[in-house]
Amino acid sequence: MAGVTRTPTGLTQGSTAPAGIGASTLRPDGTLKVTGEFAYASDMWHEDMLWGHTLRSTVAHAEIVTLDTSEALATPGVYAVLTYDDLPTEVKHYGLEVQDTPVLADGRVRHHGEPVALVAADHPETARRAAAKIKVEYAELPVVTDEASATAEGAPLVHDRRTDHHAAHVPHPNIVHRQPIVRGDADAAAGRADVVVTGDYVFGMQDQAFLGPESGLAVPAEDGGVDLYVATQWLHADLRQIAPVLGLPEEKVRMTLSGVGGAFGGREDLSMQIHGCLLALRTGKPVKIVYNRFESFFGHVHRHPARLHYEHGATKDGRLTHVRCRIVLDGGAYASSSPAVVGNAASLAVGPYVVDDVAIEALALYSNNPPCGAMRGFGAVQACFAYEAQMDKVAAELGMDPVEFRRINAMEQGTVMPTGQPVDSPAPVAELLRRVKAMPLPPEQQWVTTEGADIRALPGGLSNTTHGEDVVRGVGYAVGIKNVGFSEGFDDYSTARVRLEAVGGEPVVTVHTAMAEVGQGGVTVHAQIARTELGVQQVTIHPADTQVGSAGSTSASRQTYMTGGAVKNTCEAVREKVLQRGRERFGAYHPAWATAELLLEGGKVVTDGGEVLADLADVLGEEAVDLELEFRHRPTEPFDLRTGQGRGHVQYSFAAHRAVVEVDTALGLVKVVELACAQDVGKALNPLSVVGQIQGGTTQGLGVAVMEEILVDPATAKVRNPSFTDYLIPTILDTPTIPVDVLELADEAAPYGLRGIGEAPTLSSTPAVLAAIRDATGLELNRTPVRPEHLTGN
Amino acid sequence: MRVNITVNGRPQQADDVWEGESLLYVLRERLGLPGSKNACEQGECGSCTVRLDGVPVCSCLVAAGQAEGREVVTVEGLADFAEERAGRGCAAGAPGACGTDPDTARRWQARPAPGSDAQLAPVQQAFIDAGAVQCGFCTPGLLVAADELLERTAEPSDADIREALSGNLCRCTGYEKILDAVRLAAARAAAPTAEQGA
Repeated sequence: MAGVTRTPTGLTQGSTAPAGIGASTLRPDGTLKVTGEFAYASDMWHEDMLWGHTLRSTVAHAEIVTLDTSEALATPGVYAVLTYDDLPTEVKHYGLEVQDTPVLADGRVRHHGEPVALVAADHPETARRAAAKIKVEYAELPVVTDEASATAEGAPLVHDRRTDHHAAHVPHPNIVHRQPIVRGDADAAAGRADVVVTGDYVFGMQDQAFLGPESGLAVPAEDGGVDLYVATQWLHADLRQIAPVLGLPEEKVRMTLSGVGGAFGGREDLSMQIHGCLLALRTGKPVKIVYNRFESFFGHVHRHPARLHYEHGATKDGRLTHVRCRIVLDGGAYASSSPAVVGNAASLAVGPYVVDDVAIEALALYSNNPPCGAMRGFGAVQACFAYEAQMDKVAAELGMDPVEFRRINAMEQGTVMPTGQPVDSPAPVAELLRRVKAMPLPPEQQWVTTEGADIRALPGGLSNTTHGEDVVRGVGYAVGIKNVGFSEGFDDYSTARVRLEAVGGEPVVTVHTAMAEVGQGGVTVHAQIARTELGVQQVTIHPADTQVGSAGSTSASRQTYMTGGAVKNTCEAVREKVLQRGRERFGAYHPAWATAELLLEGGKVVTDGGEVLADLADVLGEEAVDLELEFRHRPTEPFDLRTGQGRGHVQYSFAAHRAVVEVDTALGLVKVVELACAQDVGKALNPLSVVGQIQGGTTQGLGVAVMEEILVDPATAKVRNPSFTDYLIPTILDTPTIPVDVLELADEAAPYGLRGIGEAPTLSSTPAVLAAIRDATGLELNRTPVRPEHLTGN
Repeated sequence: MRVNITVNGRPQQADDVWEGESLLYVLRERLGLPGSKNACEQGECGSCTVRLDGVPVCSCLVAAGQAEGREVVTVEGLADFAEERAGRGCAAGAPGACGTDPDTARRWQARPAPGSDAQLAPVQQAFIDAGAVQCGFCTPGLLVAADELLERTAEPSDADIREALSGNLCRCTGYEKILDAVRLAAARAAAPTAEQGA
């Protein structure tokens, strides 16, 4: 593109060391990222570009009575102001699963911060000030903010006249989706229980808080189309939602992934994509939109807050008899991925335990709260918080050690899930707990030094609130189960294009996928896979774009399995084609071409006995081998809407945590001293990255245990803390040492036996910290995050 | 207004700057230096950290006019800055504290065209080697802050590192690899011959 600077570039990485799978090769984008040259979405720049700004609703639920843009439009420097009435086609809504989200408010706003109008101007401040001149008169409507208000008699409907495919089976129009799971006979099993323990739990609304704000650059093209550079998690899903609203065929919306500053689920839904394109097409100029942090809190969906009711029964010898539970997730104003989150919460509701008799119900509400959708752990997180609290409670009731009680009930390979689906690959739940418990404990009173207390190691830290007085320690354990990949019958596939050619006498590989690299290291493992499969050192990773087939979403812990699997699959086909060419060209010169098993190693064709038959470059000659193929995991099936039975999941991922905390009981301050994790990863394709994922996921779980929560005023449904001043995420001072024990038990159905790893550590981290705080304080603590007032009783 | 700033050793001039623009905005949007990042633009995350006359600051909280006539080092100039400092016998992480005063900062100049093949500062290499970079959005600010820590504290304890980097949020790594990276940079400075093979 002429005039575009700072656009994404390909990443080339040569290596002389063994750098195939299993090696901790370094990121190919590492140098660009440490020198500041890596082009993130907010770094995009184009000569003559305009800045877009979004006007958002100041109230949660209202009719728009008047909307006057004239003064904004008359502001010098302003090129366009757009509202719902300016949308160019009949398609004015979008959505991941249900198309219920207006591109701009359709005469009504349903949540605080909903986009109402767009401005394009020659300076971001001009755009902001012009947006402030748009006159919007709201007639406020009553809000629904929880299950009681959403399903009350005469409750206002967040969406009237629903036609989505869940509408017919939900008990109330303000329920997005409901999934029961019934297996065995929970009532009869409850009769066999020696102890029955119930609990009600509350999980707060967590934000993904990725550091790179929603951003992108839309450039109008001469053919009437648009080129969009954007940070997202799934280019092709964006494209499917963008093109119809613009009235363009998909091939005229050319998307390229720009640098993504973290995602964690928060970029699955669209943010600025359609808005930027609309402004670019209207003005005929490139338009850049960059949210600030305040707007980012309104610019993406959050993790569903939840209320969970659980009943567990057990016999005196510590065996679970049954579980009954009800999980109510608040989906907010638009559906986003709520239906899939419900499916996960329901199907994983009892955790990694053997329970034959269950009665489960999970549902998501429509409300006037902020929309909620995907975040790392996706429905399994909320359930894990509750069922692990219950496991501790039952163990205490039985007088058993909580780890021993979990071990007795731990699932293993062959266990049948509440959905009726057997777990057909290793499920080392008891082993992970054993390992995490066996790690040495950090020393008591670790703040004591020869020069007195190091206050930095104490609750309150440099605030100097204690030198050890009123500080008590606690230890807690938790384990969780997460599904990997898209479930419930979704056709989940990834595409990879691999080109092998000789350049200057050396074989080189180019890997082209649409995978969104969001920081997880997919680009690193793609190069490793290509080296392993094709025996070539020089690998170039092409920028991700829509000129190649879909790679699916960078979510559900699926990308190494799926797009990694696609790269492996295409490389294997390329290798076969190369060997075929070798047989044709050189077969006459050596019988081994026909008789031996042939490998590609070190840029050569070799026999399995190690004999070199030819240089790969000679086999290739002038003609590249270039293939693009799709890869699918084994099919799944939907859960039955009444019984929840069905082989809905592809693979499971397991992690266990042990938390050690110190609590200043006088002030209610918590210091997490250590958060040890053991996780089965199947096969660590890049051990350094694997540990990084586990530590990062663990820390997000820590955040929602002790500090992270979006606070929504229940009276107005307005967000009270949309900033990093008021929404706290863990700093390096809040984050403890995170020792990691990695187990590798292969899943035979998966590429290289690997297991998706990104989410599982986010599950068990939170309940482990809560269990440790309970252990330290003796308090019940049925909500997360825990705040000081919950610990001091004030 | 017109703003004159020396950035990475080179005098820079920006015209038509609106008085409300931050140093971060001028660096990113007017001077072609987007390395300093815009994660919160409210001084909470540290991703925009630069050296202003040697002092680490959140450039989002500095009005561009406040930087008039002053010296700024961004992540783009960090490698040259570290090289120049090493030339004075003051390698980051070298035994003995060795700060950078404004006069010294004024004497060095970045190479004309630092490309991706440019030599990295030791702390930059350590971040790559230790796996401290995931999405990388926090990385530029962390590098400037960590480099400044190692400049004044050759052998920082873990508590020192945590304190020095407590103004820099990272959402990906859980900070363990960032601690590893700073320890690695310090260790390499203390024993430069043992640098290979990490």
